[in-house]
Amino acid sequence: MPAETVTQDRSAAEVSGLDALELGPRTQKTRRIWNSAWPKLLAVAIVVAIWQAAVLAEWKPVYVLPPPADVFTVLRDLVITADFWDGVRLTMTRAITGFLLAVLIGTIIGAAVSRFRPLRAAIGSLITGLQTMPSIMWFPLAILLFQLGESAILFVVVLGAAPSVANGLISGIDYVPRTWLRVGRVMGMRGLAEYRHLILPASLPSFVSGLKQGWAFSWRSLMAGELLVIVPGTVSIGVRMQNARDLFDSALVISYIIVVLIIGILIDQLFNAADNRLRRRWGLTEA
Amino acid sequence: MSTVVRIDDVSKQYGTGSSALLALDHISLDVRQGEFVCLLGASGCGKSTLLSLVAGLDRITSGTLDIGGRHVALMFQEAALFPWLSVAGNVELPLRLQGAGRAERRERARELLEVVRLGDFADKRPHELSGGMRQRVALARALAQKADVLLMDEPFGALDAMTRDILHDELERVWREQRLTVLFVTHNVREAVRLGDRVILLSSRPGRVIEDYAITHPRPRRIDSPEVSGQAAEITDRLRAEVARHAG
Repeated sequence: MPAETVTQDRSAAEVSGLDALELGPRTQKTRRIWNSAWPKLLAVAIVVAIWQAAVLAEWKPVYVLPPPADVFTVLRDLVITADFWDGVRLTMTRAITGFLLAVLIGTIIGAAVSRFRPLRAAIGSLITGLQTMPSIMWFPLAILLFQLGESAILFVVVLGAAPSVANGLISGIDYVPRTWLRVGRVMGMRGLAEYRHLILPASLPSFVSGLKQGWAFSWRSLMAGELLVIVPGTVSIGVRMQNARDLFDSALVISYIIVVLIIGILIDQLFNAADNRLRRRWGLTEA
Repeated sequence: MSTVVRIDDVSKQYGTGSSALLALDHISLDVRQGEFVCLLGASGCGKSTLLSLVAGLDRITSGTLDIGGRHVALMFQEAALFPWLSVAGNVELPLRLQGAGRAERRERARELLEVVRLGDFADKRPHELSGGMRQRVALARALAQKADVLLMDEPFGALDAMTRDILHDELERVWREQRLTVLFVTHNVREAVRLGDRVILLSSRPGRVIEDYAITHPRPRRIDSPEVSGQAAEITDRLRAEVARHAG
């Protein structure tokens, strides 16, 4: 074998040996799932235990604060009625419509603000201001503008969520690492290509955080809206809850609270799953 | 051999008036086709500034800088790979920007990853690789840019000694095989002598060329060989004298 080939083989072996040494073994998946699940289950158990203890201590009369078992029975009977699912469908339709509209508007505003300097000076801080505004403050105006209708609710849901979406995109674009931009420039990225291949993908994690926060705001605004703006002839979750209160049916009120909580958690989990997947792919978390 | 980069009497000043900072002061330097040139200096000598100027990321204040419209690629201490793309995707990106078709891109990226001996890692994500491997992907990506000149800004600065040693061999091999022209910035004297055909010593604040050493030891070299160590010691003394000038 010629000397040159021997040297080549040895250096190839050195390189791949070093690669193997530097890449460590991986952790197990089932263990990860269990590790994240048990604290949540424990937390639920603790809440139910405290609730049961409050009932046993007769802190409030049983018709005001019913025991968990009674509420779970009411809840079980509730979720098997078609009527209940009609309500959930109406509420979710409003939520999703409002959220998607907010994403559309928020993305356009965010992109425009991060692109044009004067626009940023003009409305950059206004967006953050809107974000801190309690959405319930908008309802009186919304009702004057749109009367008691779907548009009033939609208006407030969009106002609640769009600023978070816009801010997520803006900060994502702002914090694209300088080195990446330099690499892109040297590669010949300009204008639209720079946005498409570098700036937009690079701002994705921040944008997803913005979406998640935007969803939380739109869901809260929607619940406030459904309790305040009763659109005649509709039976959303909010309307049903209000009815249950009028009938002094505590178990039903608590059941609806649980339903809203569960929907909130489920959707939050969807966003978290998307977020975690992104972070894992990017190597932003210790997997 | 033809000149690839001509730096003639170039100065770079940041800011104006009393707060102005002169980063580079009348630098002249020619890099010829296929040459491996190391820029060496202490902090504040404007080594990185000079690379930015050659890369066209920054404007010179005076003088002439001519790269004859050639393509350059830039590598940093961090690999700066894009985390939303796979290893192959990162190498394909410059090809994509050049308008190459999908099949051609894939084929070329595979070849380039073979060049840096990472053929088996094409589908991995950058974060799944070690620091040294990421720098090799960055090298493959730089090669994909069809660059005539490879600008390297302390590319091995964040790596451990063993990895750096092996990557020196790798870079030397790729440089020879691909007939690259390299402008390599470092503050590590031995590294400069290990790799360079020439070592340009810069002074600090402002940056000026104070010495241009020709390194003629036969390749392949070892960073711990007596010849490399001996010449490195000589250059280090010169560098120390320069640093001492800034005392007080």
